[in-house]
Formats: sequence, structure tokens, C-alpha cells
Amino acid sequence: MNTLVKNIIRFALFILVQVFVLDKIHLHQMVTPYIYYLFILWLPFRMKRSWQMIIAFALGFTLDSFRHHPGFHAAACVLIAYIRPFLVNLMIPQEGADTNYEEPSFKSMGGFLPYFIFTGVLTLIHHGWLFFLEAWQFGNIWYFIVKTLLSTAVSLLLILITELLFARKQSFRTNTA
Amino acid sequence: MRNIFLFIRRYFHLLLFLSLQGFSIYLIIHYSRYHNSIFSGITNEVTGKVNQQFNRVEYYFQLKKTNDSLVKANAKLYNKLKADFELPDSTMHVFIDSLKTDSLEGYRKYTYYPAKVVYNSVAAQNNFIVLSRGSAQNIRTGMGVIDPNTGVVGVVTDVSTDYAVVMSLLHKDSHISGKLLKGGETGTLNWDGKTPNIISLKDIPKGAKVAKGDTVISSGFSTSIPKGMMIGIVEEAVPDKGSSNFLIKFRSAANFYNLEYVYIIDNKQAEGIKTILDNVKKKTQ
Repeated sequence: MNTLVKNIIRFALFILVQVFVLDKIHLHQMVTPYIYYLFILWLPFRMKRSWQMIIAFALGFTLDSFRHHPGFHAAACVLIAYIRPFLVNLMIPQEGADTNYEEPSFKSMGGFLPYFIFTGVLTLIHHGWLFFLEAWQFGNIWYFIVKTLLSTAVSLLLILITELLFARKQSFRTNTA
Repeated sequence: MRNIFLFIRRYFHLLLFLSLQGFSIYLIIHYSRYHNSIFSGITNEVTGKVNQQFNRVEYYFQLKKTNDSLVKANAKLYNKLKADFELPDSTMHVFIDSLKTDSLEGYRKYTYYPAKVVYNSVAAQNNFIVLSRGSAQNIRTGMGVIDPNTGVVGVVTDVSTDYAVVMSLLHKDSHISGKLLKGGETGTLNWDGKTPNIISLKDIPKGAKVAKGDTVISSGFSTSIPKGMMIGIVEEAVPDKGSSNFLIKFRSAANFYNLEYVYIIDNKQAEGIKTILDNVKKKTQ
């Protein structure tokens, strides 16, 4: 499937799942499950950095529109979109894996651990910044830390389940321009 | 000049990042309760449409609860029927009509509009409810919202043509005044952003008699919510060591987890009260 079409469908699906499934689940006040930002982690390696940030802003802003208080998720999404390329460079094992494969996954990043660190760090940053912006208005440091850690754990579990359920086909591209 | 362009080209990503980040934080800070720009109108309209589509599915799962609450509301109304009361023998009673206006021609103060909830959140720190009724159906900002059993839900803050956004009691900027039914002391409602359905009531002096199980009702001081609407039942009341007030936590009467239908209250006198207050403000300035 065309990358553009695929990503548009993903965008819509992630927003719908986040708003109408995960936001309806009330696990505990300390745990807010998030998965929509997996869209940003799955963006192609070769996409321009400025585009990644603009798309991330659009994703965050769309979710914010459903929550009726714009800014929070947009800020967190832009932050992880900015940091993502640095992490990809750190975690890519061999030369040229990012040109041989299309987007980050277990296979393209060379195993479970690098991909797990990649998602883990970005999840932690996303949740940390998001809850910091929210807690900044409420102001309770322990509440903020516990909420960030618990939500990160639940979100990572959700991502793991998503990866196992919806295996993405990653073909090895031999002759890339 | 050339150096500036070089600088921009070199740090383009960082600058873009900072500007997007800055714009987001600007949106967070400058989002006021009463902003009513065209922009928010458009986003409300679009998200409202999506929410309504989804609500059509979700509605079926809530039918039982909705039905229960409507039956309760009906029972309450039946009990208020005039036919249920036996009138006292008033033949010896002299009525003195103190009203200057023709009392037969009663004038209406409140109108209740029913509305369906198409989106509702409790898990966020600032919660909103979206109703499928907007400015085209007589809804304005500042109107109060109650559930079928007269439990206070919130106040309308934003209106598009077909949808209205309600700031629920579970929102940090929501400061509705509440009153203890027993003693009559009034205080301000405040939500700490943690447990849904548990709200605190502030500014109740230690002299007041508060106990677990007491009722909190609306004070009627604002033009949004009439007096005597149920707000909640006190769960715990502890004297605050640092001040002369109680720390009161109560469970809200409206269950925010499963709102399906609500009533929007239109106060016909709101305009009049507002103009008087504006005049007073002008004079004191």
C-alpha cells in the first residue's frame, strides 16, 4: 500500500481508538492509557524532520480538539517527534538499516531490546511532558512522578500487544535509491 | 542579513520545534473559559459530528441505566402532581394578593431543554461534556446543566450551531457555589483533579455543623443554576488545622460515569441581572 494512504488510515484509526476506546476505560486515576502517539513512532525513517514535527503537531491537536482544551497533547507530540531522529540514530544497529527498511519495528531496529528502548524512552518523554504540563497547574510532584511511571508501564504493555497482534510486514529493500 | 539566513537554515529544525512548542503552550495558557472564536466553533462542530456517530452505537449499551434514571425522574414528577395532594380547607382563610402584576398571567423564570450527551470524559484533569444542542436550539454560554434527577452537572462554556460544550464539575476552573442544606452555609466547589465523583467544598467555617451524609445543594447565587438543585452527599468533613474552615469532601449527586440525557436550564432573567451588575461595576469604577 502507498505510504501516504497507509499513514492517513493509521492517523484516523489511532485517534478513534484513543478517543473512543482508551479514553472510555477508567482503570485508575493514576493510570491513563495512551497509544495514539505510536503513530509518530511508526512514521517512515526517511521522512523529513520538519514534516515529522508538523504531522505530530496535527496529531496532538486533533486529539486535543476532542478533549476541548488545546495544547497539551500537541506539545508532547511535537517534543517526541523532535527527539525521535536522534534516538533512531542511536539505536540503529548496522550501517544503512534505516534505508533498507521503511519504518521502526522489531525487525528493522535489529531485535527486541533496541526497539523496546526506543519506544520506552519516547513513551516516558511523552507522558512526562504531558503530565508535567497538566500538573504544572495542579502542582503535586509525587502525584506527577507516580502517574508518569504507571501510565508509561501501561502504555508500553499496550504497544507490545499492538505489535504482536498487528504484525507489520517489513520487506528488506535491497536497491534503494 | 546573509548571516541571519544562514542561521535560520542551520537551526531550522530547532526553530521549528521551539515555535510549535511555544504555540502549544500559548494555546494551553490563553485558552479561557469564555473564548468563543470561529476556530473553536469549527473544531467543536467537527468533533461533535464524530462523537454523535459514535454515540449512536454506545447509546444501546447504556439503555438500561438511562431507562432507570428516567423512571426515577418520572416518579418524582408524579409525586408533585396536584392530584396527589389534598388541599386544606381554606374557606376561612383570607388571601391577600401582594403581587402588583396580574398573578393569573404567570411569568416563566426557567425553561428546561433536554439534551443528549454525545461525549463525556471523567479521566482527564479537565473534563468536558458535549451535548447535541447548540445555538440554533436556543443554547447560550453560561446556562446550567443538570442530570434527570436534578443533580448538578456543570455550566455551558462554548456553543457552536449544533453542539454545546459543558464544563463539568470535574474541572479545575469550575467554581460553582454550593450550600449545606442543614445549616445554610455557602462555600465554593472545587475539584482536585484526582478521583471522579468526589469533589471538595471550600470556605465552610468551623462553626458550621457538618456530618457525613449531609446534603449539599446549589445556592442559587449564580444565574446559571437555580437554588436547591442537588449537588452531592458529604463523605467526610475534617477541620482544617491551617485555617478556620472545614475540609469537606462530598460525592456528587450526578454520576459522571454514565450521563446519557441532561437538562439545560435557561434562566430568563439572566440578561436582566447581568445588565444591573454591569451598571454597578461601571458606577464603582
